[in-house]
This record gives sequence, structure tokens and C-alpha cells, in this order.
Amino acid sequence: MQRYLLSRLVQSFLLLLGVLIVVFFMIRLTGDPVSLMVPKEAPAEVREAFREANGFNRPLYAQFFEYLLNAFQLDLGHSLKFRQSNLSIIMERLPSTVYLATISLFLAIVIAVPIGIIGGFNPGSAADTVGRAFGLFGQTIPGFVFALYLILIFAVRLGWLPSFGRDFWYSVILPATALSIGGIGQFVRLTRSAVLEIRNEDYIRTARSKGLSKMAIGARHVARNAALALISVVTVQYSYMLGGSIYIESIFAWPGLGNLLQGAIVDRDFPLIQALAIVFSFFVVTLNLLTDVIYAVIDPRIRYGS
Amino acid sequence: MAGTTTPPAVGMEEYVEPTWGSKLAYVWRLLWRDKGGLLGMILFLLMVITAVFAPIIAPHDPLEQNLRDSKLPPAWYEGGNWDYPLGTDRLGKDIFSRIVYGTRVSLTVAVFGVLIAGGLGLLAGLVAGFMGGKVDGAIMAGVNLWLAIPYLVFVVVIASILGRSLFNVILIFGITDSPIFARVTRGEVLRIRQSGYVESAISVGASTSRIMFDHILPNLIGPLITLATFEMSAMIFYEAGLSSWAERAAHWCQLGQHGRSLPSILAKLPWMVIYPGLAIAIASLAMNLLGDWLRDVLDPRLRRSRA
Repeated sequence: MQRYLLSRLVQSFLLLLGVLIVVFFMIRLTGDPVSLMVPKEAPAEVREAFREANGFNRPLYAQFFEYLLNAFQLDLGHSLKFRQSNLSIIMERLPSTVYLATISLFLAIVIAVPIGIIGGFNPGSAADTVGRAFGLFGQTIPGFVFALYLILIFAVRLGWLPSFGRDFWYSVILPATALSIGGIGQFVRLTRSAVLEIRNEDYIRTARSKGLSKMAIGARHVARNAALALISVVTVQYSYMLGGSIYIESIFAWPGLGNLLQGAIVDRDFPLIQALAIVFSFFVVTLNLLTDVIYAVIDPRIRYGS
Repeated sequence: MAGTTTPPAVGMEEYVEPTWGSKLAYVWRLLWRDKGGLLGMILFLLMVITAVFAPIIAPHDPLEQNLRDSKLPPAWYEGGNWDYPLGTDRLGKDIFSRIVYGTRVSLTVAVFGVLIAGGLGLLAGLVAGFMGGKVDGAIMAGVNLWLAIPYLVFVVVIASILGRSLFNVILIFGITDSPIFARVTRGEVLRIRQSGYVESAISVGASTSRIMFDHILPNLIGPLITLATFEMSAMIFYEAGLSSWAERAAHWCQLGQHGRSLPSILAKLPWMVIYPGLAIAIASLAMNLLGDWLRDVLDPRLRRSRA
């Protein structure tokens, strides 16, 4: 197991290195990063001064190695607009995004898993039909459309909940609901099909023939094996919620990283955009690694495998 | 005809080339059996018709401004009229016409985006699955790297660098979405190569190109079409999100305020959001239902699990 984990760790590290390289060249896609960051109307002296100050006049490989060296020292450059280090700005906003994504994930699991389990145990029943329709709705409706409808109903018409910002404890309710809807759809379908599949396994028949109660079989055998199938999807969904909340955060003016990215794009603050792209990718790579670790710990097939 | 002729031995029936009519009838039977798929197909065809005949269907030019008729509600509300069935925005643009022409943009992006993504992914996946070894390792490392950067972040950032023209958006979606196709293609190629019929083909001396084109490619079509349908649905709503998001971002930039203006728009002109949102949701529903149906029909292994 140690060897397996070590190889995963090395892979994740290489992946992060690759991300750093891609992001570096992404900003230089148009050839000249200065033309991206300085308005076209600016006089030539201003452009050249900017080029000089930010080191864009040096050879590409020198820029690249300095960028890598800095990144390894957790220096992700400085924001053009905020005039401070990107990492400190990101760290300031990070808790809001993690808070929103975590609540959304929790909401999705709490709502979707019971629906999926009930459907899986009673396929074809009325409850299953309703559950599947709900799952299809969740999978189908785009999060940002759902977000706008939520605002329209609960903020504008009923006036129950705030539609933007994070000023009250209940401000999180609408954005979290909007962000969780896609996950709900996915989890309902996956839980249902996992339970359906496991129900037909030999070890369930054995358990039943030994006279175990339905509850005992459900809790001990079905739930644990279904959880195994769910974990990888849950972590992928979590990384999606952390990184994919851009639209949702913008709609609700939620003071997190997605909103920061929108502001940075409006202001053409490319050093900050670059840093944000790295941080978002870092979430994905870390969560993938975490998934592998969880599987290594709980799945005996990997635990005892080579 | 019962009992009049002896049926031919199994496998010895005379092979009749199916006509187009009988093929269509077969598809229709498959659709009729799965009402979800039928609904998806009908909605999808409606979308295609709307996109193709947009100039005939739409009562107005989608960019035409009629300041005298601005902020009109939908026709069935007080103050609305049938010149603008779903109302107008603040500049008097007809919402219905904008949805009709928007269908055109959405479908164009989705179709060409998926064609590019599918083409690139198919090529990479075929090479990886066939060559194996170091080539496979290198291609899959690239695919994993691409997938490590969140799709949406990627799209938004590249769009802000290259600009958001229709051509660029298609290209961005096509390229960023290709790793998923590569991964599925490679997985399928590896699976098919293990199968008995490919082994038999190799043992009777079939050439590599023959195995590739006669055995592997036809078996790839099913999973790839299914994937393409779901990816089209994703592209439709990412594109809608991207354009409305970018528009709003630009708008806020002018006003120098963030987010605060949205609730007031929703309070005064809710139809500006309700009906376009509904159109996107319906498009997404259509593609998802169609994808579910195609998956069941094209993959016989899955057919029984949904029966």
C-alpha cells in the first residue's frame, strides 16, 4: 500500500507541475502578454515600462524558471489591481468558497442518497418514479438557471431570503441549493443503480439465506458497498463545486474565489487569473489524490493488492 | 402463414438488405417503447427546426431595438401584445426572437464543438489504445493533465484571453472537451481488442487496418454517440452561461457595481430571465433524454438493466 500511495503522490506532483506549465503558456497564447494586460490606448512608453517592470522583456526560459521557482516557494505573483500578493488575496476569499462548496456537497448527499436508496430497493414503485424524475430534473437543469429561478421566487417574490452577498447566516441557503442541484441529480442516479446492482450479488443472497433482517442487510452490506461506488463521484463533485461555482458565485455576489475570478477577468488582472487557475487545479489534483488514499484505506482489494 | 412452410435452419435465413423504410420503422419502434427517448427526440427535432428556420419563425431581428416598446411583459399579461409574445428587454429587443436565434447559436456551438472534441479525442484515443506502451502513457498523461484543470475555469480564462467570438467559443469547447472523448475511446479500444471476435480476426490473418476499420471503429460508434449527446447538452448550457455571464460582467463593469443590479432586473423584468432559462433547461432535458435512450439502444448490455 505504501508503494501505491507513494506512486500516487509522485503522479499528483507531476500533474501539478504540468498544470503550472500549461497555465504559464495559456497567458502567453496571444504571443504578447503585455497587450493583454495594458489597454490598447496606452502610449508606447507606458507599455514598455510595464514590460520592464514585470520582466516580460526577458527571454521566455528565464521568465519560466523564475515563475516555477516562485511557485514552489508559494509565491504566485502579484495582482495588478490589488497591488498585493495573489496568494494573500486568494487566502482571504478561500474560506467563503470552501464553506459554500462544503454545505452544497452536504446538502446534495443528505437529499440524494436516501432517495437513491429507496428507489434502488423498490424499483418501479411510485416513490422510485418520483425519485427518478427528481434526479432527472437535478441532472438536467443548469445550475445558473436554477439559481435565477430561486432568486426570483425566494428573494424577489417572497422576500424570504437574501439574493446576494454573505451578510447573514442564511445567505448561504440559496447559493448552496443552486450549487447542489447538479450533484443531487448525479447522486440519486448513482446510488439507485449501485443499490440495484448490489441487491443481486451473491453475498446478499447468502446474507438473506442466513436469515439476516432487511435492515441489517441494508446497513451492513448494501450501504457499505454503495458507499464505495459513491466516494469517487462525491470527490469529483466536490472539486467541481469548488471550481465550478464561478457562475453561481457571480449570480449571488458570493465573496469567494469564483467571484474573484470574474472580477479579475473584468479588470484583465492576468497575474491574478493565472494564480486562480493554479489554485483551482490544485483542488482537483488534491481531491483526486485524496480519493485514491480513501480507496487504499477502505477497499481491501487495493489495500492488499500489489 | 402459420405452419405452411418449414422455417429455415437458424443462421441460414436468406439475408435481406434492410430498406431505409424498415430501418426508420425499427427506430420508431425503439422510440415508441421508451417514452422519455421519444420526448427527447421530439424536443431535439423542434430545436433543429427552430435553428434552421429561425428567420421565418422569429417575428423580429434579435438585435433590433424598439425603445418605444421596451420593457413590455409577455403577451398574456396586461400591457403586453402579440408583436412580442414573450415580452421585450430594456432596449425593446424581442425576447422570443432572441430565444429562437439563440437556439441557432447553441446548436452550432454544440454540434461543431462536439465534432472537434470527438475528432481529436477519437484520434488520440485510437492511437493510445492501439500503440500502447510509451505512446499510450504519454497521451494519457496529457489527458489527465487536461482534466486536472477545471473545465469551466479553463473555458472562462481562455475565452477572456482569445476573445469570445463564435469561432473561438467552438474551438475552446472542442479542444477542452476532447480529453473525455480520448479517455472513453481508449477504454473501448482496449476492451474491444480483448474480445473474442478481434482475436479470431487476428488468428485468421486480418491486417491491422482491417481490424481497426471493420471491427473496432463500428463498435466505437455507440459509446461515442452517447457521450457526444451528453457533451452537447453540457456545451449548450456552458455556452449560455458563458455568454450571459460575460455580458453581465461587462455590464457591471460599466456600472461599477457587482451583483446588486440582478435582483432589480428580476423584480422588474422577470420574463427576461424566466423564458430564456426555460429554453436552456428544455434543450438540456432534450439532450439528456436522447442520451439516455441512445445509451440503452446502442449498448445491448445495458438494455436489460432498464427494462
